[in-house]
Amino acid sequence: MNNMIPEIGHFALILAMSLALIQTVFPLIGAARGIPNWMAVARPAAVGQLFFMSIAYACLTYAFVNNDFSVLYVAGHSNSTLPLVYRVVSVWGGHEGSMLLWTIMLSIWTVAVVIFSHSLPKVTATRVIAVMGFITVGFLLFMLLTSNPFSRFDTLSQIPADGRDLNPLLQDPGLIFHPPMLYMGYVGFSVAFSFAIAALLGGNMDSAWARWSRPWTLIAWIFLTAGIVLGSWWSYYELGWGGWWFWDPVENASFTPWLVGTALIHSLAVTEKRGAFKNWTVLLAIIAFSLSLLGTFLVRSGVLTSVHAFATDPERGIFILMFFGIVVTISLLLYAWRAPTVGKGGHFEVFSKETFLLTNNILLVVACGAVLLGTLYPLFLDALNLGKISVGPPYFSVVFFWIVAPLMFLIGVGVNIRWKADQAKALFIRLRYTLLISIALGLLLPFLVMGQAGLLVSHGVAVAVWITLTSLQAMRDKMVVKSTSQGEAKKLRNLSLSFYGMTIAHIGVAVFVIGVVVSNAFSVEKDVRIEPNKPLEVAGYTFIFEGTTRKDGPNYKADEGVVKVLKNDKEIKVLYPEKRLYTVQNMPMTEAAIDWGFTRDIYVALGEHLGAGAWSMRVYYKPFIRWIWLGGLLMALGGLLSASDKRYRRRMAG
Amino acid sequence: MITINQKHKKRLAIVLLMVVGIGITVTLAVIAFNENMLYFFSPTQVMAGEAPMDRVIRVGGMVTKGSVERASDSLHVKFSVTDYAHTIPVEYIGILPDLFREGQGIVAIGQMQEGNTFLADEVLAKHDENYMPPEVADALKKAEETSTTSTTSTTNE
Repeated sequence: MNNMIPEIGHFALILAMSLALIQTVFPLIGAARGIPNWMAVARPAAVGQLFFMSIAYACLTYAFVNNDFSVLYVAGHSNSTLPLVYRVVSVWGGHEGSMLLWTIMLSIWTVAVVIFSHSLPKVTATRVIAVMGFITVGFLLFMLLTSNPFSRFDTLSQIPADGRDLNPLLQDPGLIFHPPMLYMGYVGFSVAFSFAIAALLGGNMDSAWARWSRPWTLIAWIFLTAGIVLGSWWSYYELGWGGWWFWDPVENASFTPWLVGTALIHSLAVTEKRGAFKNWTVLLAIIAFSLSLLGTFLVRSGVLTSVHAFATDPERGIFILMFFGIVVTISLLLYAWRAPTVGKGGHFEVFSKETFLLTNNILLVVACGAVLLGTLYPLFLDALNLGKISVGPPYFSVVFFWIVAPLMFLIGVGVNIRWKADQAKALFIRLRYTLLISIALGLLLPFLVMGQAGLLVSHGVAVAVWITLTSLQAMRDKMVVKSTSQGEAKKLRNLSLSFYGMTIAHIGVAVFVIGVVVSNAFSVEKDVRIEPNKPLEVAGYTFIFEGTTRKDGPNYKADEGVVKVLKNDKEIKVLYPEKRLYTVQNMPMTEAAIDWGFTRDIYVALGEHLGAGAWSMRVYYKPFIRWIWLGGLLMALGGLLSASDKRYRRRMAG
Repeated sequence: MITINQKHKKRLAIVLLMVVGIGITVTLAVIAFNENMLYFFSPTQVMAGEAPMDRVIRVGGMVTKGSVERASDSLHVKFSVTDYAHTIPVEYIGILPDLFREGQGIVAIGQMQEGNTFLADEVLAKHDENYMPPEVADALKKAEETSTTSTTSTTNE
């Protein structure tokens, strides 16, 4: 029976697809024609679909754990010497399995909607589930036709004695968390998308619709944020040269839905609270998920070359591109047809919170457009045979600075301005001291903390102080408005969780900005030739390389360097950077050694052996770099608090 | 007669401000884009004098076997890159990527120097053992095509 497991998995995929098809067709027709029995199919079909997806997923995991190298995908991405935990997560270490993960996450999101949608109008819930079913059909067809993870070798003689091993870059705890988090985010936007499509189909969109969409969108956004942060952190310590963001096309593919998703959660807030921006919100929901699909296309089609692009197969690219085209065309046509009926929503003055949130949205979308331009333009040129170009990271940095700098400033204004209408003069009086303090601290703090300064750093620190102080100011104002007689602690408790969430997420932006500008400006990076026991000075620290020793792992051989780090002649840390050679693929890997710190990282990575005990080595001092990821995590935490606000909980339970 | 009241004026001002803002952003983006576009050149194109001297470009090909020379006291490295039709020397100071090997495809980013030497700021190698930079694959194919056509034309003569 054992050797039938992959076939069972394959069969389960087919059954899941049939159920997904049922989950789409009957409920959609039922909702349009008002046939309750047909509509009632949606929920059980979605649950059944997840059941069969889980079987398929379990079968592939089983094949990995038991080293079934008769399965092509397992033979290509595993090895009998690979540690068990990596065999389990190897499921998503390549193209086919990644798609399986993508699809099962979609099934999980669908069932979550099934469970938490009982208080929704029945027609709406049915349509949402059906639209998600349609997306599932697309991805399952894609897997079954072009990327079946259960394919076997044609003949017995082709089956290798051992597998080709997982790409060593992926043999890291990062693989356990980064892809599932990121995919949960990517796929999660399908819920907001499906809500939008259902609303367009139904033609009714009120603030209840926004209140419904909002927690789902927030949760997807939290996952995407955490996934990107983890990916950035992973590449920092794993790729061995200490960068945290490369403007790699694949990173951009995850960043563009994040930018639009961020715009979407802000615009949903306006739609929920004030009933405004309905059309715009719907459009953003469509774009956010379309960008997730586009990202999947870019990564999976092999048109890009990067760490993430596993295989090149034009057939796959064309399939996803077609599916992307179908989804985008249908939803935009539907939008053009139905959006005018959705209605305009609440009235607001020019100088109001609404306008500032709209500006925030425009800036985020423009930023997204700029990233897309840099990512897609080279692909267009190449496809049209007009030459091979690539766009250097400075493009992204420059453009981003000019778009994000005003956005950061507007956060401070946006959280303090009133809904509907406000007086510019009154606002200026409220914020003028905060502005002065921010500028002063921006100029002073870099000197006091780092002993040096720069224009960009001062700008960044000023912006970070500004965001923090204005956020706290908005909190204080809200407490004053809430009540005058209660104690401070009680007032703090009375603030809603979503308000706390917003404040923490914005402070996360401030922390992130400090991490970026300070680490950019004051990092010291030395690539050196280092000989044993010859001390090296970098940024006030002394590094003494004491040579290397052999240290082998289960599927690799390694040279482990010993580097003593001294400050003021006192030893503060011994670092052990490694140079590994993964034997199956004969692939060298750099394992950097990092002394983590709240205000600075010391980063040491071995280059290559230059003979006579000397090595090339990267010795980096990176101040405040951890704040980058800390800021990202604070943003995600803020999202989490907002999503758990009690007004959503009451609605979700039911 | 059309009267524009105070509210409309304000609204118009905001819209104009946004349009101007977006216009400036887009212009800046396009300028930055043009400045940071990196064109790719194969060794054959470089030898034909197609590569500009005053711009950062990308050059790619296979690292010629036996061409890697390291300085004994610094991280200075010299090697040559070939598309099997033409070969150009490359100089680099720094740590080469893990998967840099002789006989493998690489892409280097940098500037041409006098005497057709390429000074690289960055050297990129593949991420796994099957990967060949597509530009390099393309350059090799083109170089091979031109060499076969030239051989055929010589035989025809």
